[in-house]
Amino acid sequence: MGEPVIQVENLFKSYGAVEALRGVSFAVEQGEVFGLLGPNGAGKTSTVEILEGLRTPDRGIARVCGLDPEKSGERFKERIGAVLQSTSLPDKLRVKEAVELFAQFYHRRADTDKLLKRFQLDEKRNAYYSHLSGGQKQRLALAMALVNDPEVVFLDEPTAGLDPQVRREMYDIIEELKREKKTVLLTTHYIEEAERLCDRVAIVDQGRVIALGTPRELKHSSAGTTRIEVRLARPLRNGMLAGLEGVADCREFDGTYVLHSARPPQTIVALVKQLESESNELQSLEMFSPSLEDVFIELTGRRLRE
Amino acid sequence: MGGTWTLTKMRVRLAMRNRAFFFFSLVMPLIFLFGAVTFLGRGRTEWVGYILGAILTTTVMGSFWGLSVQLVTFREQGILRRFRLAPLGAAPMLASSILSNYFLVIPVVVFEIVVCRWAFHMQSWGNLWAMFLLVTVGSATFSALGLIVASVTNTMQETQMINNLIWMGFLFLSGATIPLAIFPAWLQRVALFIPAQYLATGLESSTTRLATGYEVLEDVAALLLGLFVAFEVSRQLFRWEPEAKVPRNAKLWVLAALVPFLIFGAWESTMGNRLNRIQQNFQTLRDRSMSIPVPPAH
Repeated sequence: MGEPVIQVENLFKSYGAVEALRGVSFAVEQGEVFGLLGPNGAGKTSTVEILEGLRTPDRGIARVCGLDPEKSGERFKERIGAVLQSTSLPDKLRVKEAVELFAQFYHRRADTDKLLKRFQLDEKRNAYYSHLSGGQKQRLALAMALVNDPEVVFLDEPTAGLDPQVRREMYDIIEELKREKKTVLLTTHYIEEAERLCDRVAIVDQGRVIALGTPRELKHSSAGTTRIEVRLARPLRNGMLAGLEGVADCREFDGTYVLHSARPPQTIVALVKQLESESNELQSLEMFSPSLEDVFIELTGRRLRE
Repeated sequence: MGGTWTLTKMRVRLAMRNRAFFFFSLVMPLIFLFGAVTFLGRGRTEWVGYILGAILTTTVMGSFWGLSVQLVTFREQGILRRFRLAPLGAAPMLASSILSNYFLVIPVVVFEIVVCRWAFHMQSWGNLWAMFLLVTVGSATFSALGLIVASVTNTMQETQMINNLIWMGFLFLSGATIPLAIFPAWLQRVALFIPAQYLATGLESSTTRLATGYEVLEDVAALLLGLFVAFEVSRQLFRWEPEAKVPRNAKLWVLAALVPFLIFGAWESTMGNRLNRIQQNFQTLRDRSMSIPVPPAH
């Protein structure tokens, strides 16, 4: 394996009294789709924006394609493409003009007509930016990120706020980038997105990487338990569910009891018996195979989107 | 250079799609022109050249507002952040403001001159080369001065407030609205330090053919020096990010932008004869005319 395309070592960044990054480190290999998964305010955007050259770290090393994003200027920008968390363009700029405008800033240029077709913007080519839907704006942002056929693509929450159908369209596009062997750094707080798209994931919380690996490795590391979520008619005494057969961990989030069980059938039987003996009722019960959400809960005691 | 040209084309296109910009930058100066010539010139062709000089000055000074202010909106809305990701520095972004302002001002200026000559019977075309030079350098200088305000203000509201204050100084102390010659002596001396005075004096001299080429070059030189300094100051103070703070030494940089006009003003008030020239020109026009028109008001 060669030099990592993206290298982050011990990155620190504060905004006044708020410590956004507290020693973030990871490396991304050529052609890899790497995800930064974490709740809002975890430090994902700060990390990405340092790598894009938009922010200056207080301490630590950030390298992309062997270049310092902050100091390498145009040489660096020629090699990257990025979708910001929120992209804004002048209202009266037409779709085609936006793509062509940005293409003209680069030495290496992709075919803008092909890009418009690829991102299903061909029919909207003459529409003003202000007339586009959220999904169309995001597709345009992606098209603009690829006008220079970049080696590395940064996608900061590319599907945030989009409806499920548009989100799936974005997934297809990102998978296409993966097939093209582009190196992609993606930030998200959607578990499904990280599991489906990323070769490796760094789980970030409160400015630190708290777990790193392939989605499979991370899920295995979470003791391979099944998550059972139950809602009850009446609240239970503290710790009562934790003692049920097979339960490795039990926490309560907003009236929902989340159990991690190594032996789900036995746990459910024990739970039903327990509730009967207490004249309590089961309102709902859902079972989930291990996910990155469980890893996050295990490591932080909180849900990803709390 | 490619980036500057690309941005310039985009910004001219956007300006042409903006009705408010179209009205204030292109239509309004023409309304002023018709109003001033019809009501203030009172049909006396001797004064049309002088009025044209004043109208051209306000048109060119309008670059101070123009697209420089648009950068504040771009920054507020996070549009500049997107441009920052591209291989593009602050200089092309700033230069595109200056160039696009210029390309938008030129047709209006040409139209104003043609209307004065053909519709209002201006006595001659004036010194067209001098006008071209002053309009070109003047538009760039006032755009650059506008860029400084755009760099040191955080919101559009703040920008408009500061711009209005400066704009009033430009309008009333330059000689573009009230002839400098009728000011008290002390106020005339103050006007020597105002950038707009060099533009107004130069343009009025060019449209009335009352100045030598050398005298107009002095106005051009003051504006040109002001342009270089103002551009560099705005480049130093330029901010891409909405939350980026104004540098601590911003006030010093802003003062630096005034240095060329302080130097020219000091020189003129001690060794130059600009005020005499302004007085003589105005007297000459007065003599040519039977009565003094009411000064144009805005």
